[in-house]
Amino acid sequence: MALQPRIIPVLLLHKGGLYKTKQFKNPTYVGDPINAVRIFNEKEVDELLILDIDCSKENKEPNYTLIEEIVSEAFMPVGYGGGISSLAIAQKVFQLGVEKVIINTAFQNNQQLLADIAAIYGAQAVVASIDYKKGFIGGTKAYFTNGAKKSGHAPHEIAQIAEKAGAGEIILNAIDREGTYQGFDINLLQQIVEAVQIPVVVSGGASTNADFDAAKQAGASGMAAGSMFVYQRPHNAVLISYPTNYFYL
Amino acid sequence: MTIIINYNLGNPKSIQNMLAYLGIESRISANHEDIASADRLILPGVGHFQRGMEQLEQLGLIDVLMKEVLENKKPILGICLGMQLLTKHSEEGNLAGLGFIDAQTKKFELKDVTLKVPHMGWNTVEFKKDSPMNTGVSTNPRYYFVHSYFVDCANQDDILCATQYGKEFVSGFQYQNIFGLQFHPEKSHKFGMELLVNFCKI
Repeated sequence: MALQPRIIPVLLLHKGGLYKTKQFKNPTYVGDPINAVRIFNEKEVDELLILDIDCSKENKEPNYTLIEEIVSEAFMPVGYGGGISSLAIAQKVFQLGVEKVIINTAFQNNQQLLADIAAIYGAQAVVASIDYKKGFIGGTKAYFTNGAKKSGHAPHEIAQIAEKAGAGEIILNAIDREGTYQGFDINLLQQIVEAVQIPVVVSGGASTNADFDAAKQAGASGMAAGSMFVYQRPHNAVLISYPTNYFYL
Repeated sequence: MTIIINYNLGNPKSIQNMLAYLGIESRISANHEDIASADRLILPGVGHFQRGMEQLEQLGLIDVLMKEVLENKKPILGICLGMQLLTKHSEEGNLAGLGFIDAQTKKFELKDVTLKVPHMGWNTVEFKKDSPMNTGVSTNPRYYFVHSYFVDCANQDDILCATQYGKEFVSGFQYQNIFGLQFHPEKSHKFGMELLVNFCKI
């Protein structure tokens, strides 16, 4: 039997705090990341993704001290993304106790990095993050550097290049859906699941547990969500929640 | 003192983090004297079998491990690659392992092509015997796995627990003072904590 997909909270770091964006814009302060991780820990989340949204934009290295503090009480697998631009940086992050590094910006000009990391830590430790937007003309395209740079490639092309380059997993981020509660982009998810052999995690738009069921049906190995787990609707008051054991009950 | 063996592979820090949270003192070390004076040993590991054996050899750890584990009967827990290194041989790199238990490490070759390798994610286990390791654990525990190779025990009596993924494989073993877990207790919330607490009482 196939494994149950993982339900994965995504935490965005910005200026050392925990923030939430909408469609990759307007970062809103949510709280203290350490405290949030502590709560997710108590809720026994399947996995945690931490993305520093400043690093690539500002061309700086990860905040190692903060990552170390976060993972010291994270008793689940943790993926980290943001500023992973060299093998040496990736190694430093792994040494802090992180299981997976997430690569987006470096993917444009340094695909060798994926292979280099995979050779030491295994392909499962290398996650390619594919951000994409639907265009008015020319169809759906992948974006880099936090959605700032448009590429000439469709998401499935980037996914195949990433798999070839050594990635062991894909995270698919629908920029237009992020923070909007519209549900996952199931059509594109299906397309990517068919295009690659490696596991695919879908992200952007999660609203209810039914979205997780739909993504599972479409072949997702994981579903990531931010707003749904840190906000309470209708007014987006900060309240951390998580459907513990959803696929195991 | 629990010594987490540092052979430059995998994630000794994650194990130490969980032990610290549980109030269990540990040290990450490759120092022979630390290993000789340890109460128990943890051999962690994520990565390639061949690289693992090479590192153990380069650090001169093989002899001291043999002495402490086989002669002095010190409890040792191999986790993930660490478990596989305790076996006699691995198909990963076609290389001999430490051989502390009569078992082989083999590659997953699953008939069901929809099952992805590595086997990555949360899965359940069925305990096959009572051992100090699984005393009083939760019912229906689940654990986090990431691996492409699995252990095949020659003696059924050594199997501590088994997991289903396309077929049944050994997800934990115990032979005398030698323990192995294919999954990551240090990344498996309270389910993993229970096992590490138990091991650190041995």
